[in-house]
Amino acid sequence: MGLKILTEHINVPGIDTLETYRKMGGYRSVEKALKTMTPEEVVEEVKKSGLRGRGGAGFPTGLKWSFLAKPEGKPRYLVCNADESEPGTFKDRVLMEKIPHALIEGMITSSYALGARTSYIYIRGELMFVLRILEKAIAECYAAGLLGENILGSGYSLDLHVHPGGGAYICGEETALLESLEGKRGNPRNKPPFPAVWGLYGCPTVVNNVESIASVPWIVNNTGDEYAKIGVGRSTGTKLISASGHINNPGVYEIELGLPVEEFLFSDEYCGGIWKGRKFKAIVAGGSSVPILTGELFLKTAEGTPRVMTYESLSEGGFVSGTMLGSGGFIVMDDTTCIVRNTWNFSRFYHHESCGQCSPCREGTGWMEKILHRLEHGHGNMHDIDLLVNVSKQIEGNTICPLGDAAAWPVASAVRHFRDEFEWHVKHPEKATAPGAVYSGAEDLAFA
Amino acid sequence: MAKITFDGIEVEVPDGTTILNAARKIGGKVVPPAMCYYTPLKGSGGKCRVCLVKVTQGSAKDPRPMPKLVASCVTPVQDGMVVENTLSPQVLEARKGVVEMLLINHPLDCPVCDQAGECDLQNLSYEHGTSGTRYEEERRTFDRQDIGPLIQLHMNRCILCYRCVYTADQITDKRVHGVLGRGDAAEIGTYIENVIDNDFSGNVIDVCPVGALTDKTFRFKNRVWFTKPVDAHRDCPKCSGKVVLWNRGSDVLRVTARKNEYGEVVEFICNECRFEKKEMSDWTIEGPRHIARASVISANHYELPVVNPQIIADLPESTTKELHLIPRPI
Ligand SMILES: Cc1cc2nc3c(=O)[nH]c(=O)nc-3n(C[C@H](O)[C@H](O)[C@H](O)COP(=O)(O)O)c2cc1C
Ligand code: SF4
Ligand code: SF4
Ligand code: FES
Repeated sequence: MGLKILTEHINVPGIDTLETYRKMGGYRSVEKALKTMTPEEVVEEVKKSGLRGRGGAGFPTGLKWSFLAKPEGKPRYLVCNADESEPGTFKDRVLMEKIPHALIEGMITSSYALGARTSYIYIRGELMFVLRILEKAIAECYAAGLLGENILGSGYSLDLHVHPGGGAYICGEETALLESLEGKRGNPRNKPPFPAVWGLYGCPTVVNNVESIASVPWIVNNTGDEYAKIGVGRSTGTKLISASGHINNPGVYEIELGLPVEEFLFSDEYCGGIWKGRKFKAIVAGGSSVPILTGELFLKTAEGTPRVMTYESLSEGGFVSGTMLGSGGFIVMDDTTCIVRNTWNFSRFYHHESCGQCSPCREGTGWMEKILHRLEHGHGNMHDIDLLVNVSKQIEGNTICPLGDAAAWPVASAVRHFRDEFEWHVKHPEKATAPGAVYSGAEDLAFA
Repeated sequence: MAKITFDGIEVEVPDGTTILNAARKIGGKVVPPAMCYYTPLKGSGGKCRVCLVKVTQGSAKDPRPMPKLVASCVTPVQDGMVVENTLSPQVLEARKGVVEMLLINHPLDCPVCDQAGECDLQNLSYEHGTSGTRYEEERRTFDRQDIGPLIQLHMNRCILCYRCVYTADQITDKRVHGVLGRGDAAEIGTYIENVIDNDFSGNVIDVCPVGALTDKTFRFKNRVWFTKPVDAHRDCPKCSGKVVLWNRGSDVLRVTARKNEYGEVVEFICNECRFEKKEMSDWTIEGPRHIARASVISANHYELPVVNPQIIADLPESTTKELHLIPRPI
């Protein structure tokens, strides 16, 4: 069993109540930080910990905090990004649902570090039941003097609000989130200026993922140096992985970064291997936005080095033969999966979720979906495959926010690694569109 | 002040200036096109992506190049920045891609569009587009929406530049239209059919780069290139009263605000001037209007691209020739 930082007490009955949570050692970080540390010291510990943002981009949290502008006479805000809508990612939801106080404790300690007097949790609109759990927990904290005026007699005051989104993936992009929180249409902003300078209501703001914030209490309690000892290299600490797809034990797992991917995928402690005794075909290892990989390229890099679960190892090989850890959405596909259909499905998602602000993403996501629809349904041409890649290149890197890239990468990588399968759909449309048909290798393509 | 090098030409601008405006200070062929940015409208820009440029050196202090192409209209300059526009094949390729995206779902109904001849999308496609299309799918259409007796909305032609939204926010006292829906289903509309009607609402027509918002009182009256534009003014209690009349013989077919060489309104005008003063006798005529843009209507008034003479005076002849620069006549 690896070390559990976030989920150690997840199965303790009543852990969603303040009483039990405190009994298990909860809110120690609030006492320690507010009573014995300066805000700068808390930031310093988080910097030392090497904690990287768990929302997908992996940006060092302490560094982000140290960029926060501190102009006179302007409030600062901490906003927790709980919009979790990336297909394949469902870890924040589990954490908030089971141990709401883990997030709230992190919010209080982090808000103190940043000098925020009002903080927000922006939660995905579909998760109203989780919002109620959080609100109940927040009410408990107000009653116990952990929120509100003069927290635990320390002189520090904080108000914490939970705000539901309206059900748009794009509102998980941090600046769209801020717009939405302000009551506006959730369009991503042009950057610069970054939220650290111009965030919520035009004030300096830090936006962090649920898991990032929930990791802060442990760091404060045990020091950043201790946290940095967990994991490998620049991938420190533990990470929640949402494992789904064709595996025996789907679910949310907390792993120490650096765990061999083979162990994670095949050992019974974690995913338990591919279900129904089938073969491992492909994987989307970090949420739907990251490049898809073949099973072989996932287990070992192109050079044959076995991969481990770290930001660096998964991205080894760049976009040619690597992928990304992303938000930890681990979607496993067995050999009955049609990659063309899967790619079409992803592209449908991005087409539906584009905010429509910038032309390459607004028009290109729909175009890609239509081409993929044609290919999947046996109406495609050979030149459609290259067209598809070309359209994805016209989107990638040319948009306001990374949703454009997120729409382009899965498509480009699917064609890169599974081109045969696309060609099979063009050459043998009757076969490829038969119910349950799956491409089974080069003979399939050559035959007939 | 910040000194930058844009397409090999040095220019000095105040700190905080955008790359696009620095390029406009140079003028001529090197200026990136802009379909959504609009100087008079706060917050505009960054959306259409046709103004993408390559920053090969971020600043004197931090000379690293920027990893992606950036929208020149919203990216501020840094001292020592080096930017490539027409000199970068990557930029030209990306721009071609953006133009293609803007056109795939466009109805291409120029023959019956009142904007034809003075349309930024036509000009842009002419310069950066291709003659064929790779788009085999059905083009997107929207249901017709009536937004009142003065302004015609053709949503199918809209490029979602948001200029009309900013205009209604910043120029009129009440915005009743906006962007509804998301992605490629996003459309300009009023929430539950409503009439756009207030003293300055007509300005949305002038800011619209395409034929999505046109003047209903001019609808199908004439092709714009057959009209004679003249500068005129009147004493108006609501606005500056400085306009352009688009005449045929002695008939005033249309009244618009005056625009600068980048198609930006110089002074917004009121609806009374625009829609109700359609007699020559309403106006004091100043003289013919110079149309300096590379559009169809400029055919009769053709002028070569111009640049700031102080800047090109110092350039080697090879550069000026290559960039087709000629000094702005004084
Ligand atoms: C389209 C899009 C959707 C996103 N959705 C989420 C999300 O649901 N949750 C999240 O934490 N970050 C999401 N992000 C990343 C955020 O923009 C931001 O980087 C993150 O919240 C920062 O927190 P971190 O540094 O703690 O990871 C999304 C980004 C994009 C471009
Ligand atoms: S990339 Fe897509 S989602 Fe992001 S701002 Fe542009 S249109 Fe909106
Ligand atoms: S109607 Fe015209 S001005 Fe308004 S968003 Fe569309 S193209 Fe832009
Ligand atoms: S003009 Fe710069 S993005 Fe539209």
